[in-house]
Parts: sequence; C-alpha cells; structure tokens
Amino acid sequence: MPSEQPIKIAILAMGGEGGGVLADWIVDLGEANGYIAQTTSVPGVAQRTGATIYYVELFPRALAEAHGAAPVLALMPLPGDVDLVLASELMEAGRAVQRGLVTADRTTLVASTHRVYAIAEKMAMGDGRVADDGLLAHCERSARRFVRFDMAQEAERSGSVISAVLFGALAATEVLPFDRAQFEATISRGGVGVQASLRAFAAGFDRGRATQEPDAMTATQAAPASATATAAASATPTTPATPRDPAIARLLQRLQAQLPESARALALEGLRRLVDYQDPAYAELYLDRLVHLAGQADHPELVGECARHLALWMSYEDTIRVADLKTRDSRFQRVQDEVRARADQPVFIEEYMHPGLPEICETLPAPLGRWLAGSGAPRRWVERATRQGRIVATTSLRGFLLLHGLAGLRRWRRGTLRYGQENAQIEAWLRRVETAARRDAMLALEIVRCQRLVKGYSDTLARGRRHFELLMQAVDAAGAALSPATLRELRDAALADDRGDGLRDALSRHALAPESTP
Amino acid sequence: MAERSFAEEVQKLKLGAGERFRGEGILAVTKALLESGVSYVAGYQGAPISHLMDVLADAQDILAEYGIRFENSASEATAAATLAASVNYPLRGAVTFKSTVGTNVASDALANLASGGVTGGALIVVGEDYGEGSSIMQERSHAFAMKSQIWLLDPRPNLPSIVAAVKHGFELSEASHTPVMLQLRIRACHVHGEFVAADNRMPAYTLKEALEQPRRDTGRIVLPPASFVHEQEKITERWPAAVDYIERHGLNECFNAEGDDIGVIVQGGLYNQLARVLERLGVADVYGASRIPLYVMNVAYPVIEREVLRFCAGKRAVLMVEEGQPNFIEQNLASILRQAGAATVLQGKDLLPMAGEYSAAVLLEGARKFLERWQRLPAAAAAKPAPRVIPLQPIQPLQPIQPLGDLVQGRPPGFCTGCPERPIFTAMKLVERELGARHVSADIGCHLFSILPPFNLGNTTMGYGLGAAGASALNVEGGRRAISVMGDGGFWHNGLTSGIANAVFNRSDNLTVIVDNSYTSATGGQDILSSTAANPTRDTGHAIEDAVRGVGVKWVRKVTRTVDVAAMRDALREAMTTPERGPKVLIAQSECMLNRQRREKPLQRQAVAAGRRVVRERFGVDADTCTGDHSCIRLSGCPSLSIKPNPDALRTDPVATVLDSCVGCGLCGEVSHAAVLCPSFYKARIVSNPTRWDRWRQTLRGLVIGRLQRAAARRRARHAF
Repeated sequence: MPSEQPIKIAILAMGGEGGGVLADWIVDLGEANGYIAQTTSVPGVAQRTGATIYYVELFPRALAEAHGAAPVLALMPLPGDVDLVLASELMEAGRAVQRGLVTADRTTLVASTHRVYAIAEKMAMGDGRVADDGLLAHCERSARRFVRFDMAQEAERSGSVISAVLFGALAATEVLPFDRAQFEATISRGGVGVQASLRAFAAGFDRGRATQEPDAMTATQAAPASATATAAASATPTTPATPRDPAIARLLQRLQAQLPESARALALEGLRRLVDYQDPAYAELYLDRLVHLAGQADHPELVGECARHLALWMSYEDTIRVADLKTRDSRFQRVQDEVRARADQPVFIEEYMHPGLPEICETLPAPLGRWLAGSGAPRRWVERATRQGRIVATTSLRGFLLLHGLAGLRRWRRGTLRYGQENAQIEAWLRRVETAARRDAMLALEIVRCQRLVKGYSDTLARGRRHFELLMQAVDAAGAALSPATLRELRDAALADDRGDGLRDALSRHALAPESTP
Repeated sequence: MAERSFAEEVQKLKLGAGERFRGEGILAVTKALLESGVSYVAGYQGAPISHLMDVLADAQDILAEYGIRFENSASEATAAATLAASVNYPLRGAVTFKSTVGTNVASDALANLASGGVTGGALIVVGEDYGEGSSIMQERSHAFAMKSQIWLLDPRPNLPSIVAAVKHGFELSEASHTPVMLQLRIRACHVHGEFVAADNRMPAYTLKEALEQPRRDTGRIVLPPASFVHEQEKITERWPAAVDYIERHGLNECFNAEGDDIGVIVQGGLYNQLARVLERLGVADVYGASRIPLYVMNVAYPVIEREVLRFCAGKRAVLMVEEGQPNFIEQNLASILRQAGAATVLQGKDLLPMAGEYSAAVLLEGARKFLERWQRLPAAAAAKPAPRVIPLQPIQPLQPIQPLGDLVQGRPPGFCTGCPERPIFTAMKLVERELGARHVSADIGCHLFSILPPFNLGNTTMGYGLGAAGASALNVEGGRRAISVMGDGGFWHNGLTSGIANAVFNRSDNLTVIVDNSYTSATGGQDILSSTAANPTRDTGHAIEDAVRGVGVKWVRKVTRTVDVAAMRDALREAMTTPERGPKVLIAQSECMLNRQRREKPLQRQAVAAGRRVVRERFGVDADTCTGDHSCIRLSGCPSLSIKPNPDALRTDPVATVLDSCVGCGLCGEVSHAAVLCPSFYKARIVSNPTRWDRWRQTLRGLVIGRLQRAAARRRARHAF
C-alpha cells in the first residue's frame, strides 16, 4: 500500500485572534503551490473569546493525480499524529500538549510565549497566575522542536496581528515544502492590510530563524518574562549614589550599619518610598521601627519581610497620596505612552474618583474629622453631596489645581485623622510581631505578611481591615498555641473570596472564630 | 446585517458547469440548492448553518434572477411550516436550522409535513451541533427522522458527496413523497474543500404558477380519516419507493465488499475519520482503499435491509460505527440479521463507547479492538500507533514541574471587549450585594455567559426565548422576585408569547430583563424586527417596548445606555423593590459592540486620513495606585481588562491593566464609580488632527501645569537617591 502521508497541522487560538485567517493562509499557500488542502474547525461560541482548534491537512495534488484517486483527509487531529502545531499563546501551547497533539517523535511546536491570562488567573484577589516556566518546560519536553518567542510584541511593533507573525515563524521552521516568497505571495493575495502583515511576517521569520540557532535557544529560554522575575529584577537595589541631602545620607549610613545584610535591599526601597511619600523624617521613623525589630529578633528574613510590609503600610493610599501620584509629570508621560499617543496628538486625562464621607473625614485634621464623622446635619449633607462619583479632568486647569492643592496637604498629613488611625494600627501590629518574634520567628513572619490583607480603597479597604482584625484577634486569642501554618492558612482563606466565607469557615475549623461572628 | 460579509463567496454561486468551486461545506450546499432548481429557501440562523443563511442574505440579487423566495424565518417552526408549499405543488423547497435545538422547535410542523407527504422535493438541512464545541444538549436528529418518517441523509464529509446528497435529496423526496433531512456535522459544515460545479437551474415550477392555479387535496391534510390513511401510506407506498430509489441510485457505498470475511458499517459522516484510523492501523491507504470491507451509510434512515444482508453475507463479523445514543441503527441491524437468521456477529457499542463524540482517538481504540478480536491485527503491532494522551518524556525533569492539568486552565467563552451586555450583569451583581441573591432564569444567547465566572449568575436555561417561562412557577406572594433574562433574538423567536404574554395572563410578579442589542448576536449578528439598522430587504425598527406594552405589560423600564451601571443598578433595584404587582420588563438597550466596531472602525480611519478631528477614547489603570485586589475584574471580566506584573519593587501581587484592544466603552469608569472601587482608572481622550483650540489648551497646560509639575519634580529630586 502506498505510504504517502498528508501534512497535518493543528492551530490553537482564542476567538478573534485570527486563527481562522492563519488556517486560510495555509490552505491558500497549499492550493496555490500544487497541494490539495482541507481545513475545518469547530468555532461555535469559541468565536466569543473562548479557545478553539483549527485543523489543516495538505496533500500533493500531483501524487493524487498519479494515483488516480483523491486522498481521504481527516476532519480532526489524531493525538500523536500531528506534524505541526501552531499556538498563538503560551497556555494554548500547553493545551495542545495536554491534548496529546504534541509528540516528541515528530511534532514541531511553534508558539508565542506571551500570556493572555485566563479569567481565573485575573480574578484572584492576590496572585492567581500560573507559572510560565512550568508551561514552557512541558512544551520543551513534549515537542520534537519548540520554536517560540513573544509574538504579541512583534505583532505590536509591526502594527499587525499575531497570526501574521506566526505565519512568519512557520516559514522559518521550513517544515512546510514552500519557500519564503511563496508564503509572502499568499499574504499579498489576501489583499487586506498586506503591508502590515508582511512586516509582521518578516519579523516572525527573523525571530523564528534566530531562536533556532542553538546558542540563541538558551537566550530565549529566559526570555518569557515570568512576572515574578521582572518584579524581582526591579527589586535589586541600585547601589545608592551618595545623596545630596544630608538627612538622607545619615539614613543610608544607619541602614548599612544597623540592619542585617539580606534585609537592606528591601529596606532601601522602603526608605525611598517613604521619603517620596512624606519626608526624610517619616523615613527615619520607618528605619527606627525596623532597627528596633532587628534588635528584638535575630532573623534576617523576618526583618526583610517587615521592611517590605511596613513600608507598604506606612505609605497607605490616602487622598493626598493619590492626588500626588495623579498629578506628577512622570505620570502624564506614562499615560501618553500607555495609550500610544503620538507627540502631535493631545491627550486629555479624566480620573474616576469617588471620595465619600470617610475619605473626607480622614483627610481633615483629626478633631475636625472626628466631629464631622459624628455630627448630624453636616454629615448627612456631605453624604448627600458625595453620593455620586466625580470625574476630575487632570489635564484641565481646574482639575489639576484641585488635585495639586490636595497633594499639597502632605505637610499636614501627620495631623489627619487617617494618620492617627493607621499609625495606631501599625504600632499594634508591630507589637504583635515583636512579642511573637521572641517565641517563634516563623509565626512573627506570618503576622508580618498579614499586612497583605490591608489594601485598596473604601469597601475593599474596609473588607481588608475587617479580615485583618479577625486574624489579629486569632493571634491574640491563640497566643503561643497558634502555629505559623495555621495563620498562613487563615490568610490564604481571607484572600480566597471577597465575601469572607472561606475565612469564617477556616476560623471556626480552628476554633478561633470570635463570638461576635455568627 | 450579519457579522460576516459573504460578498466574495456569493460570486462562487455563479460558477457554471465544469468550473471548480472552492470553499466551505455549507456554501457548497447553497450552490447545490441553486443547481437543483429550488423555488424557495427559509431557515433560522445558528451555528453551524448561520453561514448558509448569511450567504443567501448577501446573494438575494442572484436568488431574484431565479425567482427564488428567501425568508429569514421567525423560528425553526416557521421554517419547517414553510415547506407546506411543496405539499400540493411540485415546488422544490429547502429549509435549514441548527439541530437538535431547531428540530425540537420545528417538530410540530415536521410531523404534519411528513404525515401528509409532499409533491415537490422538500429538503431540511440540519447542522448537527454535536460533540466538541457544541453549545447545546447532546441529542440525535436521527430520532426525529424515525418518529416522523423523514429520510435522513448523512453523506461522507467531502464537498462532492455533500453536493450529490443535496441533489439526490430532492429526487428522493419527490420519488417517495417524503421530506428528506440532510444532516451535516459541525466539522462538515465548516470544512474547506472543492468540487466541480454544474449550472444553476431555473425552478421547473414557479411560486407564481402555484398561486395562480391553486390546488387542493384533502387527502394531504392531517385530519381523520386522511391521517389514518397517511400512517398506512408511509409503510405501504412511501417506504418501498424510497428503498427502491436509494438502491437504484446507490446512495450507500460499498468498498471492497468481498475483500475479507469481516467488515465495518459506518455512518457516512464518520467515514473520513474511520478511513484515517484504518490507515493508521495499516489496513488501508491514504486514498481510503481498505483491506477491510466497508459499507458506508450515506442514508442513515431508512436502513436498506437487502443491502445490509448482501454486505453481511459470508462475513463472520461486522462492526457498526454509529455516533451518539440510543444506537438506533445498531438495534435495527440486529433485528434484520436475527430475522434473516444470519450468523454474522454484530459488534458496535460493545467496542465503542455508548455516549459521546467519536473523536479520532476513540475510533482508533474501537477499530483496533475489533481488528484484534478478529486477528486482523497482532496485539503487539496494535500497541505501537496508540494515541499518547500525555506524551512520553525522554528525560526525567531535574526539579519536579507542576502537572499540566494545574497549569492549563479553561477558557470559557465570554462577553467581547466593550460588550453592552456585560454591564447588565455587573449591575445585577451590585444589586445582589444589596438585596441578596435572587433566582435567575437564563436564556440562550451571549447573555448566557453570565453563568460563568466572573459573574456566576443564572440557575437554569430552558431554551431559546424561554428565559421568562423558566421562572413562571417561581411566583409567591411577598416572596423574593425572580429575575429572568431574555435576548431580543429569543424574544422575537417565541419569548413574547411564551414568556411575556404568559407572565401577563398568569399575573406573574417577576422581572424579565430583555437584552436588546439590535441583532441576534450569538448566531452571527443577523437582523431582527427590532434591529435599528435599515435593511434593504427586511422590515426592521419595530420596538420591543411597543410589543410588550401591546400584550399588556404595565411596568416597563428602558435603559438605553447599559454601560451606565448606576442606571442599570437603580432600575433593577426598583424592579425588585417596587410595591407594584404584576410582570415587570426592563429593556436593556445598547448595540452589540462587535457589529458597532465593524461599522465604525473604517469610518474613523477614513476621517483621520481625511484630516478631520477624531477623538479616540480608551481607559487605563495607574499601576502605582492599583493595589492588586482585582475587584474591578471580578465585576467585569472584560478581555481587555487584564493583569500585569507589579512594577512596584515592594508589591508582589499583579496589578490591573487595560490592554490596547480597549474600545473605551466606559464600563471600567462606571464600575469604579458605582461600586466605589478605587481611583486608579482613568479615561484618556486622544485627539487626532487637533484643532487650534485643542492646541491652545495644550499650550496653556504646558505653561501652568508644566511649571507646577517641574517644581514638584525638583523638590523630589532634592531627596532622590
């Protein structure tokens, strides 16, 4: 029996990502160059952002005619029987491997390493992302050849779509019996957005070539910027150039002298943050607190984590801070870049803010704020006045001056109601950390990390504080009996859902639920 | 105006004899209809046959040339009833819809049509939405064919076979006075292939002639005594006539019938997959030449007894490859063989799974078991080409990596970027927080995505347009009101009567939210009565509000900008809390963003090119104020609202970010206001071809704002390190 085989190609894409276009290109490429081509798919509702597979088979027309019969081409891929898998995104590449379409004996896998996060990853309250390197490892192990790079980036650079870049990378693999000119002719025949597509194709072709050179391979191994990696990178301290400000210089000397080596990087970031947030004196308070803790507990990791979370808490996002950040020139520039506005295109920015009674009271001098919060008519009047959200046009004079003035309240921040509250809570938290540290540094570490719960604004912040308080009550109640693992479990439970059901269950499971909660 | 334009494909419908047609299976069917000389075509859109309807809609000038009447039916029942035109007159007609959902809706008309029988060829093209990617319940159209006695064609999934099936379908229908159902699986509908075209044909008999010489035959009307006669007629006349035609024209195919003393019987639609599997197992070649005899049933019903017995004669065993359950054909074969006293062993669902799609891998398993059982394959050889679901891993990983199952997450379909239906459910979530959870009766349409994360709203879905009906029992004095959701598509399909009128008549106290986005969006954005766009061949612009008031609803509210979450929320709250009794209807009106973008994007590009002032709006998130709680995402799920690594050295949780695909629908801002989220969202208005006024404002900004900003920057620089 004749042993000829069709070329079998599976394309994994997400709805609206041009997987269909790519399939059509491959079909046209084949038909224009002496091949019988068949493609099919099951778009269905997948067209609406879901994941879907396109399947293509190519067979030499001459061969069929010589044999005097048409080949019988399949309508779906057979696991273990696919020559070429194209994936428009990393998790989709993983899906191809999971479905057994990628096999080490024959499959060339061409995939983009960028991530389009799944809804479960996006909606997590903390960090729900899956590990890129895990996906990469599976693809690497399963494929005969694995050609990959960030195609979204290339598509963006060339002002086109991923499918065109994939098409280029495909040409570079030389798995299909067609040359570059034939690929490009296909795009030209397509007729729409030809120039941009050709640019993207060329980019894909070159990167595809590059990634196949053995030395380059190792380079791209690191390429997929696994989120944590970049974050860590930016965390490494730029060895401080001798600062002009003497107060700062003193702080830096103390940092070097009085903090354990491993904690300094984060502490340095902390100092930076707090000087930027308030002033050197405030940064000094931060350093005093850290140094005091370091004196209590000889546990570098604890001090390091505390350096992180103390800085985050001390730079809590109040109206002053938000106004400050929103009005900076660096921020205007960032927006200009983010929205891809050309220099000759004016950009007008509008902020969506919803200052309520609490935000206003917090920003007032403590006694005044307390009075307003407790007052009758005035409170109601403010509440009525702030029921609607506000849209502040930061690029208009009125809007800018408003926020700029608000940011200017920084110098009176220490007098605000919010500062008093936050400061008291920070002190209480630090006391808990230090008491725990004397018995059990690991427990102290977990207490430090509970700060993660206190974030956001208004309702989100209130919820976070509520959960944080529940955990702290548990810490106080259980005392030495509380194991670090338990506290970690409670914290994760608090971060699992925003209604707090998980936390309530976890608390009662450990018999730590305060009487107050049902 | 449908989501996809077929202006190009339409030209293929003009191809003449000998020319090569290249395209999608479902378009080949359209061409075959023209080559068969149809007088009328009707149908209701839905995957996988939407393209058939769309291409006909775009081809109306061609249809006009042949005097063909084309209707976008109000429902599948309407479509099926349309075939009544072929009862008295020698008119060829075809209708099409998605199966089995459409067939369920159509079955009343189909049953009556099949009972009286037809004079002209009546073809029902059903897109069998079964298996992977299917959005509906998993059933078989086969059952409808059997219960109403409609012949069922299931051709091999290549274009020549499909086209032949259409043509034979009409002939068979006329020869046996029975409607014929042409079943196309979803992959066959979308398969790209080629066939040699023939000339299009004028209808032999025209609708005009029919109307001018009306014919009447009470013997065709379903009413006793005729209906009792029909039942006999089906068996004594129509069945034998069909069997005779099918045999004479060899609609079913035998390959290498005498080649071996075992064989495989397969539904035509599964032929390609089976052929591939046999080739992989080394008993066939890539051209389908098989050592194992094959009997391919391009006609799935009726089963041709004589052919079956001829094929099985002298065979020790046959394998029946039949997808779906119950296994009607296998049972039929069993009784045929038994009654004929044949010794042939019949295998089928004992080697293949009873339920579920017969994917390549599943077929490979089943075929291998059969060939091993009858020693056509040595067990060892069989093991080699087995599918490896998790591929072999040459080297053990140094550090254990997470199992793939944990890394690869599901990607359920969801609302598109800027979809105006999303804010409806955002508002529903907000009301849920205030007033507690409600029973939500969902419908069919894009809005059904609300049952998935992040919204998780919706308890049941009883079918297209049946959202309101699905909550009718849940009415209690002073109880919490239930919420029903219904799309405009479902509303006009049947929801107006089955849901709204029913709620009025039965004094329901529930709320029905009607999602009015101007198209049947889930099926590809076709027009309907309430579409606002002018359509040259259809009468649009009929307001849903008038219709619901017309059937007696008193409490009607309308939100004409669904992205105004606060307005949506307040309207929902009012509906839930108002003391007023009686059914409540909230019309949530905003155009489908897919269609809108398709219309407006080109215009914008032209405007920019023409040097006119154009403002592009999009949203963004300030990473330094975003604290990475992602509440905004839990209230939206917009594809353009994503996350990115936290640029902050101290923070670890990813921050929210708005991708460049943002169309500036405004939901992000509305949500952060309505839900009092956070001040991180901003809207940027980017002005192309700015006017002098724009430039002047920018200059002023540079002077005043720039100065203040530079001063602040200097202050910070003093402490920088």
